[in-house]
Amino acid sequence: MLIAVISLTVMGVVLGGILGAAARFFAVEENPLEEELKALLPGSQCGQCGFVGCSQYAAALAKGETPVILCAPGGKAVAEALAKKLGVTADLSGHEEKVPVYSTINEALCIGCTRCIRECSTDAILGANKLMHTVIIEACHGCGKCAKVCPTDAIVMVPVRVTLANWHWPKPEVEHMQSNPEVGHAH
Amino acid sequence: MKLYPIRGGIHPDYRKDQTSEKAIVALPMPAALYIPLQQHIGAPAEVLVSAGDLVKKGQMIARSQGVISSPQHAPTSGRITAVTQVAAPHPSGLPQSTIILEPDGKDEWADLPEPIADPFAADPHTIHDRVAQSGIVGMGGAAFPSAVKLNLGTQKKLEILLLNGAECEPYLTCDDRVMREFPAEIIDGARIMAHALGTPKVVIGIEQNKPQAIEIMTKAASAFAEIEVVAVPVQYPMGSERHLVQAITGRETPARKLTADLGVVVHNVATARAVHHAVRFGQPLVARVVTVSGGAIREPKNVLTPIGARIADLVEFCGGFAARPESVVNGGPMMGQPLASLEAPVVKGTSGILALTAEEINNHPTSPCIRCGTCVTICPCGLSPVEMAAFIRKDKLDGAAKLGVMDCVSCGSCSWACPSHIPLVHYFNYAKGVLRVLENEQRKSDRVKTLAEVHNLRIEKAAEAKRAALAARNPAPTVPTAEEKASA
Repeated sequence: MLIAVISLTVMGVVLGGILGAAARFFAVEENPLEEELKALLPGSQCGQCGFVGCSQYAAALAKGETPVILCAPGGKAVAEALAKKLGVTADLSGHEEKVPVYSTINEALCIGCTRCIRECSTDAILGANKLMHTVIIEACHGCGKCAKVCPTDAIVMVPVRVTLANWHWPKPEVEHMQSNPEVGHAH
Repeated sequence: MKLYPIRGGIHPDYRKDQTSEKAIVALPMPAALYIPLQQHIGAPAEVLVSAGDLVKKGQMIARSQGVISSPQHAPTSGRITAVTQVAAPHPSGLPQSTIILEPDGKDEWADLPEPIADPFAADPHTIHDRVAQSGIVGMGGAAFPSAVKLNLGTQKKLEILLLNGAECEPYLTCDDRVMREFPAEIIDGARIMAHALGTPKVVIGIEQNKPQAIEIMTKAASAFAEIEVVAVPVQYPMGSERHLVQAITGRETPARKLTADLGVVVHNVATARAVHHAVRFGQPLVARVVTVSGGAIREPKNVLTPIGARIADLVEFCGGFAARPESVVNGGPMMGQPLASLEAPVVKGTSGILALTAEEINNHPTSPCIRCGTCVTICPCGLSPVEMAAFIRKDKLDGAAKLGVMDCVSCGSCSWACPSHIPLVHYFNYAKGVLRVLENEQRKSDRVKTLAEVHNLRIEKAAEAKRAALAARNPAPTVPTAEEKASA
């Protein structure tokens, strides 16, 4: 009896000590969740969430300090992915779904200053000094940073158009037939 | 031949007799043809003509771009009046790039490629190239470029070329008529395709409700030992590629795999006929047979239609509407899609135009699900429609995806069978569309991420190089050495 108590106590103290030491000496400084969240974000550092870049937003998310719905280029899909990872429900009701946009340059107004090119984090703008610029739509994710720096307001963000390639059926609206109308009004 | 059962399925009222006994008639050349650049799955064709150009019948007016694409040819001789946006034959009615051709009435052929003298001695690549060049796409409705499917023999070991003559959709009889009227052309096309694919065997599957077609095709095939005509049971959706393969071979095509992985390639009978024309005469695909039927059509017919004729032209040729159509459908009544406009053109994948009356559509208000399980029993894909629809109704598309909504072939059997008239297949079409859009968004977001990473790397490298260059120019921006001080 005594032997069992003593041996278990000794084991508890020794193993607990090891765990305590490990927690101190092998501590992971960065929250691993932060990396995982960062991987879900677009990574274009556009800053529309209000943070400096994606890593900062991910850090704030990991600490639970900020809502998951702030990423504008990521839209609903990213918000839902973040919510899933964090185990929270994405409150999309207050979130006005921003339609996906892309940048276009009004060529008549462009003076070829290259400011937008320097601003673009995905190299989606093509052009050179004093030459007209244009946007490669496939590479543009609609962060809007270029439009902010344009000195002649030649850049506008336009919504991605519905085409045959991205059209899909709307959700069917089902009106249930009510056999007893009063039941229908009751709730 | 031993046949194998397929799962589920339904037996709708076939209503094929409105057109099945009527010989194919040609549509008089309309005043204008509207040829969309995209009539197939894959990349749209690239336009080769501009307004004012004179073209001859069969001349290529748009070339294919990319591996999965298909060219377009002038369906008759005439003048190009415009290349512009025209409403597509699509439920959205959205416009797409379309070439408008004004026929000159002469219907003169262009200089066509030489016929392939002995296709059975020719290299399979020669046949593949000819089929690609001729703009042939699957004519059963999906419009997948046929040449891409003919190339499968180089990648996989194939056993059977399965010609699909099942035509399981109610009302449609265009394949039935083509089989009855041009059996030799279909058989020849099938033999050429089998040669290109390297399949030792050809099976032609026809539903038992087409006894004349079965008889005529069996007779035409009797001279060739490698061809077998098989009467398959009448069971919708027998004409679905995967289900027909299962009925013939007893093997189910796994999800996200091709029938070619089982050694079977499926082509429509009308596609085989188009291959015959392309190989034997050098003629591209410029016309097809369309069933025009339904209770609202005055004189239902099978019409040989040049590609690009407006649906309104077809309806007018068939005597116009005898009653107010509740819906005009592109394709069969089960899987066809309602048309937004009659101004849209007939394309290579248009198998039927149905003007259906309110009685035929039989629209009912939806009542709550009574959990009878009928949809689960009849789903030919082995899915659980009731559960998937419940998830989708509550916007939980992930849940529906886990239950396999992407494996749904949209055959519509569940909607047809549901005693509560729940629009099940509509839910699945909606969910599949949204999931596809999300997948594309994810792909784009991944691409943007890579671009951003590459961009940052480049900026860093440039900054590094600048620092290095600066360091090289003024090696010691610190305190001047004693020697320098002395010289100064």
